[in-house]
Amino acid sequence: MKEHILSIVWLTPLVGMFILLLLPKENKQLIRIVANLAAFAGFLVSLPLVFWFDNSIADYQFVERVSWIPALGVEYYLGIDGISLLLIMLTTVVGFLSILSSWTAIEERVKEYYAFFLFLQAGMLGVFMALDLFLFYVFWEIMLVPMYFIIGIWGHARRLYAAIKFFLYTLAGSVLMLLAMLALYFKHAEQFGVYTFAIEDLMRTQVPLDMQIWLFWGFFIAFAIKVPMFPLHTWLPDAHTEAPTAGSVILAGVLLKMGLYGLVRFSIPLLPEAASDATTVQIIAVLSIIAIVYGALVSLMQKNWKKLIAYSSVSHLGFCTLGIIALNPNGIAGGILQGLNHGLSTPLLFLVIGIVYEQRHALEIADYGGLANRMPIYTTIFLISILASMGMPGLNGFIGEFTILRGAFERDVTWAAFAVLGIVLGAAYLLWLFQRTMLGPMTNPKNEILRDLNLREICVMAPLVLWCFWIGLYPKQHFAVLEKPVARIVERVDPEYYSRNGIPNPLTDGVRVASLVQD
Amino acid sequence: MDPLFTWTDFFVLKPAILLSLFGCGILLTDFLLKQGRWNALTALVGEGFVAVALWQHCEDVAANGQRFALGGSMAVDGFSVFFNYIFVVSAILAIIIASRYMDDEKSNRGEFYGLMLFAQAGMTVMAQGYELVTLFIGLELMALSFYVMVGFLRNELRSNEAAMKYLILGALSSGFLAYGFSIFYGISGSTNLAAIADAVAGREISDPVLLIALVTTSVGLFFKISVVPFHMWAPDAYEGAPTPITAYVSVASKAASFAMMMRIFLVPLVSVQELWMPLFGAVALLTMTLGNIAALTQNNLKRLLAYSSISHAGYILLGLAAGNETGLKGISLYILVYIFMNFGVFALISAMRREGHAAEDIDDLNGLMHRHPGYAILMLVLLLSLAGIPPMAGFYGKYFIFLGLLEAGSYLLAIAGALYVAVSAYYYFRIVRAMFLSESLEPAVIAPGLGTKIALVASAVFTLLIGLYPEPFINMATDSILLALR
Repeated sequence: MKEHILSIVWLTPLVGMFILLLLPKENKQLIRIVANLAAFAGFLVSLPLVFWFDNSIADYQFVERVSWIPALGVEYYLGIDGISLLLIMLTTVVGFLSILSSWTAIEERVKEYYAFFLFLQAGMLGVFMALDLFLFYVFWEIMLVPMYFIIGIWGHARRLYAAIKFFLYTLAGSVLMLLAMLALYFKHAEQFGVYTFAIEDLMRTQVPLDMQIWLFWGFFIAFAIKVPMFPLHTWLPDAHTEAPTAGSVILAGVLLKMGLYGLVRFSIPLLPEAASDATTVQIIAVLSIIAIVYGALVSLMQKNWKKLIAYSSVSHLGFCTLGIIALNPNGIAGGILQGLNHGLSTPLLFLVIGIVYEQRHALEIADYGGLANRMPIYTTIFLISILASMGMPGLNGFIGEFTILRGAFERDVTWAAFAVLGIVLGAAYLLWLFQRTMLGPMTNPKNEILRDLNLREICVMAPLVLWCFWIGLYPKQHFAVLEKPVARIVERVDPEYYSRNGIPNPLTDGVRVASLVQD
Repeated sequence: MDPLFTWTDFFVLKPAILLSLFGCGILLTDFLLKQGRWNALTALVGEGFVAVALWQHCEDVAANGQRFALGGSMAVDGFSVFFNYIFVVSAILAIIIASRYMDDEKSNRGEFYGLMLFAQAGMTVMAQGYELVTLFIGLELMALSFYVMVGFLRNELRSNEAAMKYLILGALSSGFLAYGFSIFYGISGSTNLAAIADAVAGREISDPVLLIALVTTSVGLFFKISVVPFHMWAPDAYEGAPTPITAYVSVASKAASFAMMMRIFLVPLVSVQELWMPLFGAVALLTMTLGNIAALTQNNLKRLLAYSSISHAGYILLGLAAGNETGLKGISLYILVYIFMNFGVFALISAMRREGHAAEDIDDLNGLMHRHPGYAILMLVLLLSLAGIPPMAGFYGKYFIFLGLLEAGSYLLAIAGALYVAVSAYYYFRIVRAMFLSESLEPAVIAPGLGTKIALVASAVFTLLIGLYPEPFINMATDSILLALR
């Protein structure tokens, strides 16, 4: 069991999908129940990972390694470290909750909907587990297909356009990544005489700096599209806005994290010299800062509720990439943690929108106002998610942003200054949104029909709210999980970092630095 | 003096002999018995015999390596066996799709299956030939059979037009090819590929005679594989031809022409590789550009697939432009997976009917997911494979081609090829969109016969199977080029 736990985790949703396909499509209730059970089972089987995961091991855990295509040196090679652990748990939780949230929202083609969702879930989980680049690429590509359908079939008015735009954008990035992968693979084979895609073997390859830089950008474009980074973000507002609620939730919650994950798992460790090259760092930092400020400014101007949240994602993900490219422990850990935070608070924001959309079928901010009068629980949860998103102390966003700012400050004071500007703007557009939709008198009579949250909807949101508070109030466990993998990345790009700064190296010194925030 | 015709000769020629015999047999029985429904079955039995003969070839190659016969003009090696199997598989698929389709079109006559087998006989000669005249005869046998088959729907204007275009341009290209061959004969005094190889190796690379021979030969072959700028016949011929023949032309005739091309360019012309590699690279780039961009706006499925097949030919040609072992492996594998994905799609198109008429527009697929979810999902697998999305089979062909290009240092070609994958995804997803996303008041009607069903399911299953477990197929592709060419 323990040695195959990762396979079990990613295959559970897939098995659920196949069971679902056998059910008659007329019986919608049965399909819903089975799909929710499958997704919940997916969450349950991922829980042991949390208990079995050992923070003191720097290496990959729960490793499974079987040859898949010997002729190409491709292996079925799974394994996780702290970074993957957090993202896998995020996926199983958010994935289940988004399936649960679709109970009444999806009335047409129910069977297909849940089948695609479970398939998507399996693909995303595979992405976070694969330690073989080829396997990673397969998961990365195949999950585009169900997402395309989820946006394209159950989305809003401009869904066809948004779906194909999402698909082509990501595909264009990933074929470039494929070339970079192949070039690295070939280089490794030239030096070692062995064809392999295993990342720890590829890390041993000596790649000259100019080639590293080419390959780095090859990988980077794929990941930057996914993150998405300015100026490759234009697919995101369309996809987010047009997707059905659960689609937006999963897009914001998990899919965007795949870009961050790719950066820290592949780009930076595989090509450390290119990643730490001063020009590269400057370019990425500037793009991140533009994303932060530009995303926030555009959010301020939005009239569409969903689009506002979509652009806020651009801004928030800019923080994450800024932290990661600071290439120091605080920056990277903060970047990843902030990715997780965004994966908790933005789904909440989308779920909140989904609840009123389901009843009113309107997404313009101007259509709402004064909802607090009718929907107190709803308003409370919305407020919490807004505060979490804008970085209020006591909630998760604060911890992430603070850690990123520490990392950025350490690297370059100007970066931190711009990032702070982003935080201020973030508070502005989010609070303004809250004010326009929730506060004041209820002017639009159509809103009279709105009802407060029911039990199922509370159940959907409560876990996310609790997780937000957990990170906000006591983030220690999260940092402990991230400590060793982050140190490994820092070792790759800057081997002298720890000795130069007199900080104990969590990999070699055996000192347990309890939390990066408290050190 | 050697006997005129030995058992070895017979052994080497056996597939072609069997095919011709069965082809003639069908013509005779059709004439005498007037039992149309047996024709397809007879043809399939013939394919069975050929498969056995190929299996014997395979055993022989494993034991003895390359073997020549008929005074060195025909060969049996891993390469010929591999391609012959490809022809067998595509012929079988074409026959089982055709039996129902031609019934529906009321043109189910014995000649049709006879011609299919004759064309295949020509292809086996193209894959096995080791001498220019033999190769040329094989090519002409194949091409002549196809001219007739493309125009087989005699009462349809489109079909006649297609055949006429195909015939005229095909004849022109054969002229080019024959001209090129004649120059090779002139510089070497022989038509045997090995002898030409020696003569070519002895010449300066800048020799203008060599260049003329090379260019004219290439032009002739470029027509056959329909790459830009010699692709003009393809969309019309594909659209007008009976659908099973469209599939057969686009897969088997292309595979045979590529086989012949590989023989000619990798045996006699291998010493002047630096002369033709950039030429092929440029042509491949043009082909991918035009094929992909023209496909974007097509509304007729068969035309769309014609342009897509043009762009696939560009990708396959990139394997030759890379010129290394990986690239060649890529060609073999690409052609192998291309049979399944292309035939599967055409099988579905051949089953599309609306009020008794063939329906061939993308819109005719609207709402397929509602009425026939099974077919829609099979079709999705095939289209993803055509677009090169892993883990479908089509991905591995592109994988090897790109790897070959990177190994050869042709980075720009690799990048262009990779980006065109995204372009091609757009038009394949137009079909997906019609099937899954579009609502239609009148959902698509698909009425496949048993044969078409088998062809469709088998193609999709193989596409997925090769994708998930490519190992044996990669090894097959590797073996196909190891013994033959270097």
